[in-house]
Amino acid sequence: MNGPGAGYAFVRLLERDLVLAVRNRGELANPLLFYVIVATLFPLGVTSDPKTLATMAAGVLWIAALLATLLSLDNLFRSDFDDGTLELMMLSPCPTTLLVLAKVLAHWLVTGLPLLVATPLLAVLMAVPEAARWTLWLTLLLGTPVLSLVGGIGVALTVGLRRGGALLSLLVLPLYVPVLIFGANAVGATAAGLPVTGQLLMLCAFLVLALSLAPVATAAALRISID
Amino acid sequence: MWTFLHKLGSPRHFYRISGGMLPWLAWTTALLMAAGLYGGLVLAPPDYQQGESYRIIFIHVPSAWMSLFVYVIMAAAGAVGLVWRIKLADVMAAASAPLGASFTFLALVTGSLWGKPMWGTYWVWDARLTSELVLLFLYFGVMGLHAAIEDKRTASRAAAVLALVGVVNIPIIHYSVEWWSTLHQGPTVTKFDAPSIHLSMLVPLLLMALAFKLYYVTVLLMRARSEVLERERSSAWVRELARGT
Repeated sequence: MNGPGAGYAFVRLLERDLVLAVRNRGELANPLLFYVIVATLFPLGVTSDPKTLATMAAGVLWIAALLATLLSLDNLFRSDFDDGTLELMMLSPCPTTLLVLAKVLAHWLVTGLPLLVATPLLAVLMAVPEAARWTLWLTLLLGTPVLSLVGGIGVALTVGLRRGGALLSLLVLPLYVPVLIFGANAVGATAAGLPVTGQLLMLCAFLVLALSLAPVATAAALRISID
Repeated sequence: MWTFLHKLGSPRHFYRISGGMLPWLAWTTALLMAAGLYGGLVLAPPDYQQGESYRIIFIHVPSAWMSLFVYVIMAAAGAVGLVWRIKLADVMAAASAPLGASFTFLALVTGSLWGKPMWGTYWVWDARLTSELVLLFLYFGVMGLHAAIEDKRTASRAAAVLALVGVVNIPIIHYSVEWWSTLHQGPTVTKFDAPSIHLSMLVPLLLMALAFKLYYVTVLLMRARSEVLERERSSAWVRELARGT
């Protein structure tokens, strides 16, 4: 390949997506607010008793994070698809998997990272036992990138459809099951005083697997959606 | 051999050959199913622990086996269609999805009916029940994608990618759910030493499993034939066929 290399394209695309996100600050805050509000609704809907809250807090926060990611996924390729940028990216000599990785990374930095910042606060509100707060944060740190990566496949498959939103959740949510199981379970195990190295290592394994395979599947799906 | 396979891959020859095979397949299926049901419902003795209610095994276990089998077939056909652009493989994958979903649904329903007398409840969040439910959702995803994309070729390719992602995920989902909780009885047929199921029950069970497989092939061919006609409706041979009858 002549001219600037693939690494340069990766960095530039990441930079561009982040700048776009910062210029649209309203949209940036939406998934975060969604996360906080959903978590707030649970004590109102179920109970405010700290003991009950503590047992379900990890699951609630994990599901809220899952839905917040799902809600924001549609932005991943939508605007680029609408104005044709995506098509040009696929035509460029740079490997599509790498560009996909840049876009997904930008998506995680814009939606996953704010969730992580808000989590310690919500953990206090939801009466997560003190010992388990670190684990909750750590599982979300390992798990949310997987959510973005796997979600990317679903978005790439539905980006050409006019109303892909409901279909997207049908495609993506079943694939989130393992991450949810290990993530939420690790928190419960810590609260019970059990070792959680196994769960954390499993989450690491999911992350590595998703990191290596999901961009390939996403790129293939984009190629199908575009032509 | 290769020319035969090549011919079979073309929709027109597939339509002709499968038409000849269908009656044979259908009758064999009916015979096997009758034999399996007779053996299972009449000949096999009642279980010493579960009494008569265990007999639902002859439907439940074959449909549970089929639910996974069909998914793998669907993904493999999808991959073949994706890589070699064989139209017939796309058709097979598209025709498999609703069939697999119905097998999964059947396994879930019979399982919960069986669970009521045995475990005292219709539904428990047991590992295999849960992973079967997730499998049903995966099937719904594939079907939803097929339905949502208008162009059949694009729909097939998109669904193939999804099915392949699902194949990578099914073992992960299965084992994580298994690890999460389990209540199911251990495997009774596939143990390597003597299976812990008596021969008088094993034979009808295997007959039923075979009957279910053939049933799947029969209905798959029927669905694929109509799908082929629909997809090739503007081609000369379909028009000829329509005019001829």
